[in-house]
Amino acid sequence: MAGMPAAPAVPAPRPSVARRVSAWMHAHPRFRLGLLLLLPLLWLVVIYLGSLGVLFLNAFWSRDPFTSLVVREFTLDNFKTLLTTDVYRTVTIRTVTMALLVTLTCIILAYPIAYYMARVASPRVRGIMVVAVVMPLWASYLIKAYSWRLILADEGVIDWLLKPLGLSTPGYGDLAVWIVFVYLWLPYMILPIFAGLERIPSSLLEASADLGGKGWMTFRRVIFPLTIPAIAAGSIFTFSLTLGDYIVPGLVSTTQFIGNVIFVNVAQNLPLAAAYSLVPLAIMLIYLFIVRRFGAFDAL
Amino acid sequence: MNSGRAARVGLRLATALVLAFVYLPLTIVVLYAFNKSGTNAWPPSGFTLEWFSAALDNSGLQQAFFTSVMCAIGATIIALVLGCLISLAVSRYQWFGRDSISFVILLPIALPGIVTGMALSTTFSSLSVPLGILTVIVGHATFCIVLVYNNAIARLRRTARSYEEASADLGAHVFQTFRYVTFPSLRSALFAGALLAFALSFDEVIVTIFTAGGVKTLPIWIFQSFRLANQVPLVNVAGLVAILLSVIPVYIATRISSEAVSGRT
Repeated sequence: MAGMPAAPAVPAPRPSVARRVSAWMHAHPRFRLGLLLLLPLLWLVVIYLGSLGVLFLNAFWSRDPFTSLVVREFTLDNFKTLLTTDVYRTVTIRTVTMALLVTLTCIILAYPIAYYMARVASPRVRGIMVVAVVMPLWASYLIKAYSWRLILADEGVIDWLLKPLGLSTPGYGDLAVWIVFVYLWLPYMILPIFAGLERIPSSLLEASADLGGKGWMTFRRVIFPLTIPAIAAGSIFTFSLTLGDYIVPGLVSTTQFIGNVIFVNVAQNLPLAAAYSLVPLAIMLIYLFIVRRFGAFDAL
Repeated sequence: MNSGRAARVGLRLATALVLAFVYLPLTIVVLYAFNKSGTNAWPPSGFTLEWFSAALDNSGLQQAFFTSVMCAIGATIIALVLGCLISLAVSRYQWFGRDSISFVILLPIALPGIVTGMALSTTFSSLSVPLGILTVIVGHATFCIVLVYNNAIARLRRTARSYEEASADLGAHVFQTFRYVTFPSLRSALFAGALLAFALSFDEVIVTIFTAGGVKTLPIWIFQSFRLANQVPLVNVAGLVAILLSVIPVYIATRISSEAVSGRT
């Protein structure tokens, strides 16, 4: 290359602002991280956790019975009221029982279909069924609850079907609330169990068969234990959503659940409502703590 | 898989029953939207499209529909930005509190809706923030972040960091790397997350009631019309629209994510 003329010395182009900022940022990963985190943390920690904190504070305030204004002085009166009034205790127990019952029913109904999707259906059918289960999950919550109001009504489908048999619709009430909750939250249980079943490597099942495990034995000793984290994950939704719902009980029954009592109290006595909403919050935190031990968070 | 014949038939039957349980109620609402008589007595008396034109003429319903669309768009944009930022921070950096933040992101949907609703409404009233579309958007965005985050983080975990390193080695600066390398591989996941966020926001009622003040979103309009006998046919039509507007985005979203998944394996 000796014969080639020497390239004229071109001064290096002045780096653009973006490049200089970038070079500096490249050298300071902490700054980049801070930039990424600034807005999300502001939102989640300041706005969201902050409002949970405000809710918590309000629970220790009280309402002046004459002016109806919130008195910002520390008091435990709300909690005393909640603990000593029978209604609140009954409603809490009723709601938790309903949430557990709904969760259990969802597990029983979800397992077979999830099993069919994951281990029996052909890949094509599986794909179609996943979509078939996901879609109703997202179809308007309110309309799904409302559809049961229509179905269970006095002149509804069930009544029409049962009339020839001399029966009538069970109507609105606790049974209706149970059915509607199960109906609404079922896909939340099917999807994690399906994912959990799909993750089990076939080699484990073959190993179980080689060791003499019959179908039922393999299911009970191998498959089911491996899907417990998935069931726990699904149960977070079925349990939590039931615990805080006030729409469904209002639509298909006249029974009061935690949500209804809170909702009614918001306008009348905000600090008491705030204190009572700490109850589902506390129950849910305990629940999350328990299911975490079953590996629920890894199966979400 | 060694399941007995009887077990197989039983499974098939159970699956069919559960699917029927899931779909029949939705079908019934759809049928009622075309019911000639304006009541909800079964069976429907005949076919009509009259309620659709009535719904189009109802200004309250229209207003509620557009309010819902606006809230959903606002919440989706915020969730998209925040979810994308935080998924990058979680997948590409090590930091103190990283595990707890994924828990905090999940909290708004893991906690009962009434807790989130109460917390926000108590805070807004303590700070004297007037309730309205903006407060609804704040509430919706809070629980929509997780949808974008989940989609984005799943994608980021599958894409190798080495592409980004290669891009930097080839002289791209931080923003170019994001624009030409990270973002294109994230795009469809973000789109899927945004569709889910839109659908969830469009549909939400529990938190919305607490943060809306006098504003009526479509679900609030439906909720308040349940008990009005003369609104029954309109509620059915609005219900059909609400079902379609949450189901269609989700259908597209599942198609996108399943294509992305199968394209990679």
